[in-house]
Amino acid sequence: MAQTYKSQLVDPLIDNNPITLQVLGICSALAVTSSLQVALVMSIAVTLVTGFSSMFISMLRNQIPGSIRIIVQMVIIASLVIVVDQLLKAYAYEISKTLSVFVGLIITNCIVMGRAEAFAMKNPPVQSFIDGIGNGLGYGLILMTVGVIRELLGSGSLFGITILPTVNNGGWYVPNGLLLLPPSAFFVIGLLIWAVRTWKPKQQEDREYKIQTVEAH
Amino acid sequence: MEGLVSLAVKAIFVENLALSFFLGMCTFIAVSKKIQTAMGLGISVMIVQAITVPANNLILTHLLAPGALAWAGFPDVDLTFLGLISYIGVIAALVQILEMVLDKYFPPLYNALGVFLPLITVNCAILGGSLFMVERAYDFPEALTYGVSSGFGWALAITAMAGVREKLKYSDIPDGLQGIGITFITAGLMAMAFMSFSGVKL
Repeated sequence: MAQTYKSQLVDPLIDNNPITLQVLGICSALAVTSSLQVALVMSIAVTLVTGFSSMFISMLRNQIPGSIRIIVQMVIIASLVIVVDQLLKAYAYEISKTLSVFVGLIITNCIVMGRAEAFAMKNPPVQSFIDGIGNGLGYGLILMTVGVIRELLGSGSLFGITILPTVNNGGWYVPNGLLLLPPSAFFVIGLLIWAVRTWKPKQQEDREYKIQTVEAH
Repeated sequence: MEGLVSLAVKAIFVENLALSFFLGMCTFIAVSKKIQTAMGLGISVMIVQAITVPANNLILTHLLAPGALAWAGFPDVDLTFLGLISYIGVIAALVQILEMVLDKYFPPLYNALGVFLPLITVNCAILGGSLFMVERAYDFPEALTYGVSSGFGWALAITAMAGVREKLKYSDIPDGLQGIGITFITAGLMAMAFMSFSGVKL
């Protein structure tokens, strides 16, 4: 069993990543990646919520009637998110202000719902918990990567500590302002997906139309 | 009145839910392959958004806000921490009711939009709209305007996206970028185009 637990935890990191392969949970994620600290907090929050919601839903899976399961799942997830929200407001008020509505939006984050529906409804609690944590980490990994790229190139710092001294502060680096704006998150994720899929060609999607050369007569 | 118009323009173009706040991205990417389906989903989102944002506004001001329960004899009660769970409950319930009403009274509309309605409960744009309404402390008319116009903005974005993708499928894209990769890049370019509205003021 140890092997399967490990693969459950590691698989979602790259081989079956929720963002790049399953295309889940991009909704609330991208807006929080302009600085690394915020991205880190968001990743931790999502990982915990996914893990625990999967565990609780899995514990209740035999009691939940099929027809109202979505509402029940929603209520469980929403309660967990409220706990996270209140904790952030109490201990990290500044960050909770920056995250603004995006903490609340963890409720509709497709990863949480997706794992609850696809995995936790069919598997025992411990496995579901590990699966949830694994998927949360896979999400966090992408978030952190995007965060590093955007903060390093956009403002020349990581976690607010200057790495590349910018021209404004007497250094040499000219920051790329575009990376602090919303569109850049799309570009970075798009390129990241390109990189991952070039490395692991199995993940590539098939073309709808093949371009063929027609010989001239 | 002027305030409301500028709020609407801002919600549609400058602060477009899909392109500048990344809300509803899952459905935005998944359901934007054909213009027709994209439009159907866009219209459903607009309708649901126009109902849920004002409804949540009423719930906030009359049940949850500090002192709102004074009429029931609890002037000191502050239930704002229950906000998230109430909003999502209202959204899920309203979507369900809307589905039943459409099924009973407007069967053609139900057949056209029916498949999208369950998807909408978990669409972040809907919950996001309500949360922005709370955060920016809109009053009722503002909430109504914001609901309609932000829904319209989302519908506009997904329809435009579907238009681009319908053409894009004939193009020669590198293998690794096929599918969602190129969709992200396209969305990025669209977001940049929408940013040029940011100076617009009415």
